[in-house]
Amino acid sequence: MTLQAGHTQESAWGVRAVTVIYGERVALRDVTLDVPQGQVTGVVGGDGAGKTTLLRILAGAAAPDSGEVRRPAAERTGYLTATSGTYPDLSVQENLEFAAAGYGVPAKQARARTQEYLERTGLAAAQRRLVGNLSGGMRQKLGVIRAMLHKPDLLVLDEPTTGVDPVSRADLWWLIARAAAGGAAVVLTTTYLDEAERAASVLVLDDGEQLTQGTPDEIVAGVKGTIRISPERPRGEVARRAWRRGGTWRVWSPPGALPGGALPGGSGVDGTRSAQARPDLQDAVIVAALARELTSGAAS
Amino acid sequence: MTELLAQSMSATRVFGHLAVVRDVDLQVAPREVVGLLGANGAGKTTLIRMLLGLLPPTQGEVSLFGQPPSIDTRRRLGYVPQGLGLYEDLTPAENMAFAHAAFGGDALAGLPAGLEPLRKVPVGRLPLGVQRRLAFAQALAHRPDLLVLDEPTSGVDPLASARLWETIRDAADADAGVLVTTHHMDEAAECDRLIVMADGRVVAEGKVATIVGFARVTVVETPDWAGAFETIERAGKVAGLVGRTLRVPGTTPEQVLELLAPMPAKAYSMPATLEERFLELTQPAARAVRAP
Repeated sequence: MTLQAGHTQESAWGVRAVTVIYGERVALRDVTLDVPQGQVTGVVGGDGAGKTTLLRILAGAAAPDSGEVRRPAAERTGYLTATSGTYPDLSVQENLEFAAAGYGVPAKQARARTQEYLERTGLAAAQRRLVGNLSGGMRQKLGVIRAMLHKPDLLVLDEPTTGVDPVSRADLWWLIARAAAGGAAVVLTTTYLDEAERAASVLVLDDGEQLTQGTPDEIVAGVKGTIRISPERPRGEVARRAWRRGGTWRVWSPPGALPGGALPGGSGVDGTRSAQARPDLQDAVIVAALARELTSGAAS
Repeated sequence: MTELLAQSMSATRVFGHLAVVRDVDLQVAPREVVGLLGANGAGKTTLIRMLLGLLPPTQGEVSLFGQPPSIDTRRRLGYVPQGLGLYEDLTPAENMAFAHAAFGGDALAGLPAGLEPLRKVPVGRLPLGVQRRLAFAQALAHRPDLLVLDEPTSGVDPLASARLWETIRDAADADAGVLVTTHHMDEAAECDRLIVMADGRVVAEGKVATIVGFARVTVVETPDWAGAFETIERAGKVAGLVGRTLRVPGTTPEQVLELLAPMPAKAYSMPATLEERFLELTQPAARAVRAP
């Protein structure tokens, strides 16, 4: 079922309990996400986690096999696909004029917005260049500008910053903030947690399923069990629950387990000295992935 | 003194009238992971190409394992480019065999754990995370002394990324030196030492804490963050959005509050992130003049 509404609707856009099946493969299983107006929602996961499928559904480019979708009408949505969606044979300016005309943005408004966005993101000098000749970062910036030129209620951005250098990434985040400040509900995908940390709320997907969800602080606060720092490499069974951060290891003990792993007394991981770690978002997401991996491993 | 694995001494490379790398000193020693951070066009790729012996420096010197780069030094090197450099029509086992034939090594290394069931699937049909592990295994199979990695964990999830870093760290613990080029601060933060390049030059060097130094930003909390964003931007300052708070470099809390008055807002000073410091270091002018 798809509910469409005008931009006056108060509640957030989003999906409830959506499942998508491609042939034998479940691309998304029972995923729920709210995408509130005036803020940035991040969807994180590796290649094949289901991020693009979720965004296609939010943008109205695909329908789920089951579940509910709340999204604005197509003309009130802006969508940047992972392949950018700009025309390489047209200039920067022609691409934007074409998009503005397609969405019925009055020429004067389109010119003013185009000018502001291009100047602020360092693209003004490239206005007459063919898009096919632009660098990846410039093309991504143009793609985001194209998607937000008609001030959509819902802005859907599939990996806007992938492969982009930090300078272009700062420009892209300016555009993203600008859209959210203007009231748009922005949803974007990324594979990097330092970037997800900038979103007001985050959904972490793994293999088509929700791994964890909430504000970055909520996700960190929701870590179950304990994480300890070990100066030495954990051995044996404990190694499956360990990961390296720089020169030391983190070891996760599920709730109920002895904090020191299998050792009575909890004196330390695998007999070594260890201190309890204060987790960050990276630790929290790794713990969620480990919990899932160990559960599915135990079941098989 | 430990032998330096890779070294550039005042290396400069000019293309036409353009100096792409200027006067760069770089060293990679055994057991350390060095990160090379810079925007596109900062000179990272040209510097790496000189270190690999693919491009001679116009001025200055580069050396690999204490000698000029050559076919011999190439054999002591492991390289994983961003595109991974795998043959997509070949299976994982065939890719490994090809690397063994090219680089030698004690024996044909086995496939990494978990790849065995996929040994007959063409690489192009494997998930990206699996391809990355294979590319690592291939680059490490001949036990290189120097490992050069381009955005090694791009596109993989956090757990897979942590496991790739474990592999990188294991190589360093076994006396290899590692040079990582990256655009991502998560990756940069995993390195022992960073070299920040801008416009062909090294503009900062050291541990993350050293590079960030005393740089601070003003954090603004207000119910009307959107209004505050517009006001700060109109004043010619840059406001970064994080959640529902704004981060404003190059200002004090007092300045920001004065700007926002009478809007109800809380402002305080916080240490800058590596990314914020990077932008300040690499393009202070551009960010100051971009105001409308």
